[in-house]
Amino acid sequence: MIYLRLFFEFFKTGLFAVGGGMATLPFLYSMSDTTGWFSHGQLADMVAVSESTPGPIGVNMATYVGFTTAGVPGALVATLGLVTPSVIIILIIARVLQAFRSNKYVDAAFYGLRPCSVGLIAAAGLLVVKIAVLNTELYAQTGVLADLFNLKALLLAAVLLLLTRGIRQTKKLHPIVFILASAAAGVLFSF
Amino acid sequence: MKQLAKLFLVFAKIGVMTFGGGYAMIPFLERELVEKRSWTTSEELMDYYAVGQCTPGVIAVNTATFVGQSMAGVPGGIAATLGIVFPSLVIICVIAGILTNFADLPAVKSAFAGIRVCVCVLIFNAVVKLWKKAVPDKAALALCLAVFVLSAFFNLSPVLFVLCCAAAGILFTQWGVRGR
Repeated sequence: MIYLRLFFEFFKTGLFAVGGGMATLPFLYSMSDTTGWFSHGQLADMVAVSESTPGPIGVNMATYVGFTTAGVPGALVATLGLVTPSVIIILIIARVLQAFRSNKYVDAAFYGLRPCSVGLIAAAGLLVVKIAVLNTELYAQTGVLADLFNLKALLLAAVLLLLTRGIRQTKKLHPIVFILASAAAGVLFSF
Repeated sequence: MKQLAKLFLVFAKIGVMTFGGGYAMIPFLERELVEKRSWTTSEELMDYYAVGQCTPGVIAVNTATFVGQSMAGVPGGIAATLGIVFPSLVIICVIAGILTNFADLPAVKSAFAGIRVCVCVLIFNAVVKLWKKAVPDKAALALCLAVFVLSAFFNLSPVLFVLCCAAAGILFTQWGVRGR
């Protein structure tokens, strides 16, 4: 029963992903590995679409994965699975808000959870780098180190890093601007 | 019932306006909930947002549940949550449906190859931004690096890391390692 599994997988994601939408990414990669519902490449595209459309990115990614796996009902089930733990936990915490905020064990646990979240997201990012910038298949065939790197992609990455981190005027622009520009670059220079 | 419908609609509106979630959402929450409707105060909103950040799940959803439940109890929390996810459900299903039909076109493939590079950079930027708040000392740095290396090179479930790190956070604090 695919809907039940979808719900369960996303319930797990909603329960353990701490630190917002991007924190669900490592769970989605793990889901791709264990279920085979979608590929790493598809997931990278889903992240891009989720960043460029309205709505919280975590919810968008869940909906997209659900849709890819089992159509519109899948999208519904995955999204409900993702938000169910949130709703339960928040409804409980809302009654004991002050005690929760000042509890030293909660604070200590989150001191450990925040760096965990960063490490997991960075590792998931590495998987996207592997698909987007490296030619692992070509390298396996030729064995030439220069073939491992996709030069066009590296160049684009350098330009994007400069625009999103270095230049003050473009730094504050919405991610959708960079996503659209990258799509145009992809088509123009036939990536 | 009328109030539940209103909660649903207001949060659906916020869902449409939230691009990317996270901090981008705060100004819209302020305008819709505090300035236009006085459903809550700025201080309360920041409290909800802070707790939403340090509980599992998507921050926008957590905040919506919080505000909804403070307005109209458990049904309110559920109505607000359904409201904030509703636009995503509609918009993503439409876009995903369209994209699957065009996914095999060479131009679409090239466009997404370019977009994937951008996704790398966006994830990198997200990591840098989170890093500043999440890694205040050497113990946290060690934890972060250990998780990164283990998760990058071994096929382990993220659940395992989350549980171990919560325990590590409590132990580090008790042993006095924290803050060094």
